Amino acid sequence: MAVITEKNSNHYVAEFERLEKTSAGPTWFNPVRKAALAHFAEQGFPTTRHEEWRYTNVAPLARTTFRSAAPTAVPVDLDAIRPFLFGDADSTRLVFVNGHYVPELSIATGVPAKVTLANLAELLETEPDTLRPHLARYAGFETQPFIALNTAFFQDGAFIHVPRGFVCETPIHVVYLSTGGPEPVVSHPRTLIVAEEASQVTVVETYAGLNGGGYWTNAVTEIVAGDAGVVDHYRLNREHDDAYHIGAVRTQQGGHGTVTSHGLTLGGGLTRNEIHSVMNGEGGDLDLNGLYIGRGSRHIDNHLRVEHAAPHCDSREYYKGILEDSSHGVFTGRIVVHKDAQKTDAKQTNMNLLLSGNAQVDTKPQLEIFADDVKCTHGATIGQIEESEMFYLRSRGIPEKEARDLLVYAFASESIARVKIAPLREALQRLLFTGANEDRLLIEEASNP
Amino acid sequence: MLEIRNLHANVDGHEILRGVNLTVKAGEVHSIMGPNGSGKSTLAQVLAGNETYEVTEGEVLLNGRNLLELAPEARAAEGVFLAFQYPVEIPGITGSYFLRQALNSVRRYRGEEELDAVDFLKMIRERLKLVQMDDRLLNRSVNEGFSGGEKKRNEILQMAVLEPRLAILDETDSGLDIDALRIVADGVNRLRSPERAMIVVTHYQRLLNYIVPDFVHVLVNGRIVRSGGKELALELEEKGYTWVEKESARAELAGAR
Ligand SMILES: Nc1ncnc2c1ncn2[C@@H]1O[C@H](COP(=O)(O)OP(=O)(O)OP(=O)(O)O)[C@@H](O)[C@H]1O
Ligand SMILES: [Mg+2]
Repeated sequence: MAVITEKNSNHYVAEFERLEKTSAGPTWFNPVRKAALAHFAEQGFPTTRHEEWRYTNVAPLARTTFRSAAPTAVPVDLDAIRPFLFGDADSTRLVFVNGHYVPELSIATGVPAKVTLANLAELLETEPDTLRPHLARYAGFETQPFIALNTAFFQDGAFIHVPRGFVCETPIHVVYLSTGGPEPVVSHPRTLIVAEEASQVTVVETYAGLNGGGYWTNAVTEIVAGDAGVVDHYRLNREHDDAYHIGAVRTQQGGHGTVTSHGLTLGGGLTRNEIHSVMNGEGGDLDLNGLYIGRGSRHIDNHLRVEHAAPHCDSREYYKGILEDSSHGVFTGRIVVHKDAQKTDAKQTNMNLLLSGNAQVDTKPQLEIFADDVKCTHGATIGQIEESEMFYLRSRGIPEKEARDLLVYAFASESIARVKIAPLREALQRLLFTGANEDRLLIEEASNP
Repeated sequence: MLEIRNLHANVDGHEILRGVNLTVKAGEVHSIMGPNGSGKSTLAQVLAGNETYEVTEGEVLLNGRNLLELAPEARAAEGVFLAFQYPVEIPGITGSYFLRQALNSVRRYRGEEELDAVDFLKMIRERLKLVQMDDRLLNRSVNEGFSGGEKKRNEILQMAVLEPRLAILDETDSGLDIDALRIVADGVNRLRSPERAMIVVTHYQRLLNYIVPDFVHVLVNGRIVRSGGKELALELEEKGYTWVEKESARAELAGAR
């Protein structure tokens, strides 16, 4: 094991040195990258002996030598990305292919001038000081080898900044597309979202793959909401079935800030979604919604950590999984309530629907409470389709297969209803129930609040 | 229309129905009464095709067709409708979607054209009036959080939409206040026709004042031990079930000899 780790750290160290020669970043950032690389080299890849990685085996990542993904040799055109878009064809978006910005596919003009929407590579060159107060300040890499690796290596990514008091109504879509291919490559997309005091923004990140080939996406997103800032964040995993996806989201919110996150995993071979949310202003409000669909032999690990670091904050985690075939779902929800975080109200729900005898779920709440006046509830369920519900539907004439689809849909419907962007919601319905009758849209139309 | 012959059914290895015989002709209303646990709901569920119950013997013919070999959805499409004693809650599916799916599934099975959203809405409005139900209930998840009475009304609404040939009402009267009872009974009566038959399971004469049956049967311990006209219900109300239970015990003893 140690041998594998060492060998592969060496590969990344060599790769880092090679890149260092070709690209020069701002002077303040280079030491950060170096430190990150050092941390990665020291830790190597985690194994299932790490408590935090007990159910997810990343040995294939450690074992494989991934080259840095290059801007694609084959140009990607609009038709290739169209299946991953939603809403109007000309809605605001930044498109990255294999971790590199593609201006020809991006439309950065739809947002008001007050909002900064740019790619990190360019900003690091032209105006690095705009990034300095925030970039890599939240997603700590000391104990997080994948965040360390991303920090050391990321080439590009999206930067979204909304100034004080401004409400950006247009949702911003960031597409990270991997072309995949014959040999294993890795990209390290990086996203930074800053909503200043009392501002508001909605961002959708889509991770998608055109071909498999065992490519690896190692993404990091940092989200900062200032006092009374509002951020709605969607993260859509539509990676190829033959792909690895490791994604870390780090959110930070000020007093009375509101952060809502939606983690939707519909693709990927092996996926690990980490969300680490810190509420360090009084009266903050946090929603972590999630839906994961396991098909084939897909492995999906959602690893959440919510930290209540200030009093009077509310957090709600609501994750639902549908697992078919021989897929494997993992849910870990750690809630940490700091000593001074009195009047914390934290709620965690994880519900799983197993549709096959070979599908599997591991779900684990972890509470660490150091304050005494708090309300923390958690609940996890693993269930199957209810026979009584099946019979009720069938007794009204609905055929078995449709009844089953309907109940699966019903299970997912609340998660979908929580998606506030209408075209995205509709796109999701189509994606989740392809082949199913288009009428299904009606369910949602008149569905639960 | 319906012919039940020597029907035996088990649940979890226990024999609950122990030789039920019953013939129901088109246009007739039959009432089945009997003490708690005697097997009334079991009979209703078996007729609707609930696979939790295992039929071990006997046959059931619907218009000459072997009902027992049909899937529940096919039975529904052939015109069997069961109003559940305990309607099932289905979170996440709205009532209107559910009803439309049900109706169109049945129509598809029968080779009829499906109703589009507009026509469906028109029909549903009219049927809602029949059971005096608030249409807001249809925008909520099926039966979820409904009061007992609302659930029962919802069953009758479904019946009114699906227009079955054989309707089985399993204690539709329980949990209804007197006004709701009248409304539900009116709804049922309006569906009475020479082509339709009904089996009404109840404990109370109260309902039978509104839905007047042609025949009354008493089910005890998995068998029909007594049948008669509507006056039998009155007699039962007066004398209680012990009266027929004693008789049936005597009959069983006699049979065992
Ligand atoms: N799943 C089951 N497992 C074991 N026994 C069962 C099961 N379902 C029903 N029974 C038993 O079968 C018997 C008949 O039940 P059934 O519901 O048919 O009675 P019923 O006549 O409808 O009674 P009620 O008037 O209370 O509605 C009861 O003794 C009941 O406990
Ligand atoms: Mg009963």
